[in-house]
Amino acid sequence: MDYFLTEEQKMIRDLARTIAREQVAPIVTELEEKEEFPREILDTLARADLAAVYIPEEYGGLGGGVFEQCLVMEELSRVCGGVGVSFGATALGAYPILLFGSREQKERYLPDLASGKKLAAFALTEAEAGSDAGNIKTTATLDGDEYVLNGTKQWITNAGEADVYTVIASTDRKKGARGLTAFVVEKGTPGFSFGRKENKMGIRCSPTRELIFRNCRIPRENLLGRPGSGFVVAMRTLDKARPGVGAQAVGIAQGALDEALRYSRQRVQFGQAISSFQGIQFMLADMATQIEAARALVYSVARHIDSGSKEYSKESAMAKLFASDVAMRVTTDAVQIFGGYGYMQDYPVEKRMRDAKVTQIYEGTNQVQRVVIAARLIRETALGA
Amino acid sequence: MRIIVCIKQVPDTSQVRIDPKKGTLIRQGVPSIINPEDKHALEEALRIKERCQGEVTVVTMGPPQAEKALREALAMGGDRAVLLTDRAFAGSDTHATAQVLAAAVRKIRDWDLVLCGRQAIDGDTAQVGPQLAEYLGVPQVTYACKLHLEDGCLVAERALEDGFEKVKTRLPALVTVTEEINSPRYPSIRGIVQAVKMEIITWNSRDLGIEQGQAGLDGSPTKVNKTYTPKPRGEGEVIPGSPGEAARALLARLRERKVI
Repeated sequence: MDYFLTEEQKMIRDLARTIAREQVAPIVTELEEKEEFPREILDTLARADLAAVYIPEEYGGLGGGVFEQCLVMEELSRVCGGVGVSFGATALGAYPILLFGSREQKERYLPDLASGKKLAAFALTEAEAGSDAGNIKTTATLDGDEYVLNGTKQWITNAGEADVYTVIASTDRKKGARGLTAFVVEKGTPGFSFGRKENKMGIRCSPTRELIFRNCRIPRENLLGRPGSGFVVAMRTLDKARPGVGAQAVGIAQGALDEALRYSRQRVQFGQAISSFQGIQFMLADMATQIEAARALVYSVARHIDSGSKEYSKESAMAKLFASDVAMRVTTDAVQIFGGYGYMQDYPVEKRMRDAKVTQIYEGTNQVQRVVIAARLIRETALGA
Repeated sequence: MRIIVCIKQVPDTSQVRIDPKKGTLIRQGVPSIINPEDKHALEEALRIKERCQGEVTVVTMGPPQAEKALREALAMGGDRAVLLTDRAFAGSDTHATAQVLAAAVRKIRDWDLVLCGRQAIDGDTAQVGPQLAEYLGVPQVTYACKLHLEDGCLVAERALEDGFEKVKTRLPALVTVTEEINSPRYPSIRGIVQAVKMEIITWNSRDLGIEQGQAGLDGSPTKVNKTYTPKPRGEGEVIPGSPGEAARALLARLRERKVI
């Protein structure tokens, strides 16, 4: 289907597709088995300018937006969801700086993220603060010209590999969500270390670790936005990033359909390719239709955000919710089409099913997405919008 | 260092099928790419340029569509691109192609090094590079898998069947490279955008002073009489037994058939 991409968007998509096919595809299994961070692939993507697509030109980027970032995410995830998220995590870490950073902060961090010299990560979740972000227990206390951070962040994508971390901490525990504040913490700061690597169901080449702060002192100018604006920073960041998870889900689903289609034409039962059976055909048709619908929604929302719209949390939640549910259904059906082989790790679809699952969970569970959507719907109705 | 890289646009043979009736390649719907080993030659030129400055000019002979290959070469970092195109060049064999390329290289005049891929995946002749060196009257080093510059000379390692050979030559010279020499970069988005705007220099037979009959089918001493797909050979025979027994059985069989 023609989504009327500009010439530059086509270049971005095609280059990402080529790199995914030539550099990622041959090592997917190796990355998965060794749980190895795809550093070399990220470097290749950066040299091709693909780390820079969403960053404004004045900070060394290509001046695109969420849509361009989604195009790259989709192509990488079509081959490996783990590589997709390893790439996407830097944008998630960069959005708080892009959205709320001062000119100085942007100049300090964004050019190195655009060139790929540095990677970023975003740290919100804690052991007792997931969907309930207001319950964050990591504290940041002002002491002279420095903030002192104490606490532990959990399940942080790219932890240990990234150089720049945007961290949400509490500057006033009494105020709950209104007492949260966003900071930039650089790797190597004394008192900042990493916990053990989690053993995950899917996206296994993407490292997930704790960030541990023990009297970690950071300069006061590392504060993003205002004291107490941390919850808003986190929510606006996720609003902007969620279509990226949607694009990752579309990519994973498309990759599963590609494999299922190929397999169904090769696999012979009762003397004919199983693709000749209507039972399989209907599954393939449903898979393709759902993927196209998800892609159309993700692209539309990404463009809506890039058009300069101020309010997009509902749309962004819809894109993530719909696409990730599609990815789960489509990858499950792909395993079904492969039958017994689909359940085996030697075949390429069970990994996609495991990778798909996390897209329904991270950057806000799909239940939280529904809460966001419903809250907006009801408010819009109440306001007579 | 002023480097000329000769490239060829070829069908991506990894995606080509052969028409079993006609014995020819089915080119329809097959994407055109820069010949892989030529891409390695271009990458090597770009690396030399990055190390010791200079300029990389990319030359190709082909139909107007070959411009796409040149744009890709510019996107990777080439400074200038020259397209040699003329109906009179169509059907050129390696000799005629090398004649046209030689005329273009002479017309460029200021150059120190010509780099080519070892051979093209559609013809597999590995002749154009050596022929071009002959017509230009410069030293040639083929099958280079390593290159470096040393006191104004070029030192190359050649990958031969039974080992490596180290060769030193004065410049100007021509080198053909194998794929082991490097791994080509991807063009960057900025490079692609810039390449779209760059001018492609186009030369025809008149610009190059190529006479009628010097290029194209008329200028090509090689004629293709027939192309065909060899019949599959069928299964081989395994001679069982210990090495000694097997050797004796094989010897008897060869004698029986009067092979030895």
